[in-house]
Amino acid sequence: MKLQKLLCFVLVFLLPAMAYAAKDENLWNQVLKQQFFAGKQLLKGDDIIQLSTPVRAEDPALVPIKVTASFLQTKEKYIKRILLVIDKNPFPFVGEFEFTPDSGKADIAMRVRVNTYSYIRAIAEMNTGEHYMVKKFVKASGGCSAPIGADYDAAMARLGKMKFRLDKKIQDGKPTMAQLLISHPNITGMQMDQVTRFKRRAHFIQQIKVTFNDKPILTAKTDIAISSDPNFRFYFVPTEAGELKAEFTDTSCESPVSRDVCETGKSYTQTYRVAP
Amino acid sequence: MRYLFLLLFVITSNAAIAAFSIKQVAQGIYVHQGPIELPDVRNHDAIANIGFIVGKKCVAVIDSGGNPAQGRLLKSTIQKITATPICYVINTHVHPDHIFGNSAFKDIANIKFIGHAKLSRAMAARGAFYIARSMEQIAVNLTEKDIIPPSISVKDFLKLDLGGRILELKAYPTAHTDNDLTVFDKKTNTLWMSDLLFVGHLPVLDGSLKGWLNVIAELEKQSFDVVIPGHGPIDRDWPKSVQAEKHYLQKLATNVRAKIKQGKYLEDVLQDDDSIFKAQWQLFNEFHKKNLSSAFAELEWED
Repeated sequence: MKLQKLLCFVLVFLLPAMAYAAKDENLWNQVLKQQFFAGKQLLKGDDIIQLSTPVRAEDPALVPIKVTASFLQTKEKYIKRILLVIDKNPFPFVGEFEFTPDSGKADIAMRVRVNTYSYIRAIAEMNTGEHYMVKKFVKASGGCSAPIGADYDAAMARLGKMKFRLDKKIQDGKPTMAQLLISHPNITGMQMDQVTRFKRRAHFIQQIKVTFNDKPILTAKTDIAISSDPNFRFYFVPTEAGELKAEFTDTSCESPVSRDVCETGKSYTQTYRVAP
Repeated sequence: MRYLFLLLFVITSNAAIAAFSIKQVAQGIYVHQGPIELPDVRNHDAIANIGFIVGKKCVAVIDSGGNPAQGRLLKSTIQKITATPICYVINTHVHPDHIFGNSAFKDIANIKFIGHAKLSRAMAARGAFYIARSMEQIAVNLTEKDIIPPSISVKDFLKLDLGGRILELKAYPTAHTDNDLTVFDKKTNTLWMSDLLFVGHLPVLDGSLKGWLNVIAELEKQSFDVVIPGHGPIDRDWPKSVQAEKHYLQKLATNVRAKIKQGKYLEDVLQDDDSIFKAQWQLFNEFHKKNLSSAFAELEWED
């Protein structure tokens, strides 16, 4: 029985009051905004970026979200980074994604864990310093506390393995979409150790760097809200034949919600030849 | 004389039968068939097929139910039917409708809980989540005390002698979950397949689609007189009852594989028309999209 799905179903139809109350933005306004953007002005971002999310998640541990930029990156005007936050997750910081003019377009898509009905926010920072925010409300429950993933051992066995998937037609000089699949359980941490004698620390991907012919196109800091076996979609501009390279480092932390006691883990690399 | 005894038995156990339906499906094998419903505040997650097998020396419980009260009901039903002691509680996998009756059996002298070698870990990973949800979802206050991990772990195979009756327990590679166990009774050629077989109720994928198809292929080749699913009616014409499940899972695999090859993304697949999968399944709308999601995440790793 898949409880996360059932809970979504029950909550939506039997507890509308709860759903309504969850639409409050107190946590963001009173705590998170300060934490991430103290002293900065956040402008309405609808002309800069769009955030696509399902209204209701089929699987709260695997919620597909996408940020789409409204314009191509140029040296004069480009999105420098995009920050993703899920207000009511136990650890609201989802990830920070850095782009350059070489990225082509500052789109980013991934799957995330949503722990309870909450706003998901994307904040874009321009090269000129302005911050723009968009948000969407997602109905999901239990993503972070839900079971790790259907086949934990399979994910562990190929841990570190990465796959690149590109647009079939690679157009010289035009932004081309790439998909990066990383095999990693990205676990949030485990309880129940007193009963079953199992304890596992949070073990997740912390840093990802993608370059094309050694030029950075995507640099990211991520955390436990990224789903197991992450799948990122982003753009790059192949102006010549070359090599896409992805590198990631993982970490393990004692607590699912505090980053005070963490140990840097291993680094993994994967390359992919591109010939437009 | 025998018939008088039988009559008396029927009268005295009538109360138990009325409160908790139990049926002998083969000699000494008793099954309570759960309703095909979502867990809710009315059924308290008492929705799975659970039961027991009686030997000369021991009774083995196979799945204890979705809440402690159901476990107690199962225990008292067993004790009304036979004086043979309950020696084993076998959990076929970690899902809550199969394990949360365990606490009703823990005070039995020398009781042993048995499960797949990965069951303890699965209980550790999911336990807190199941407990946190329980009041809201099924109106039962589950606590840590209701999580009882196995003391006997089955890695591949285990033979259990109930006294003139050998049960063969088999642990599978990831299929419905990553901790599936079946129980085979040689005496009656019965396979207690549990959630590796869904009849009527849409199969729920919480392990590996490919793994599950492999297990079905393997078991299809064998012949059993009686097969007991985790949800739905008993099959006496194996492998008839597994065909619907097999076709659903195969269709899932073919369909999702094709979409991945076409370059479709997860969010696209979740929005596609899926009426071709529906067939006669119950609870289709509640579980199919989640199955699609799981299948996609598994198959996108294929080369």
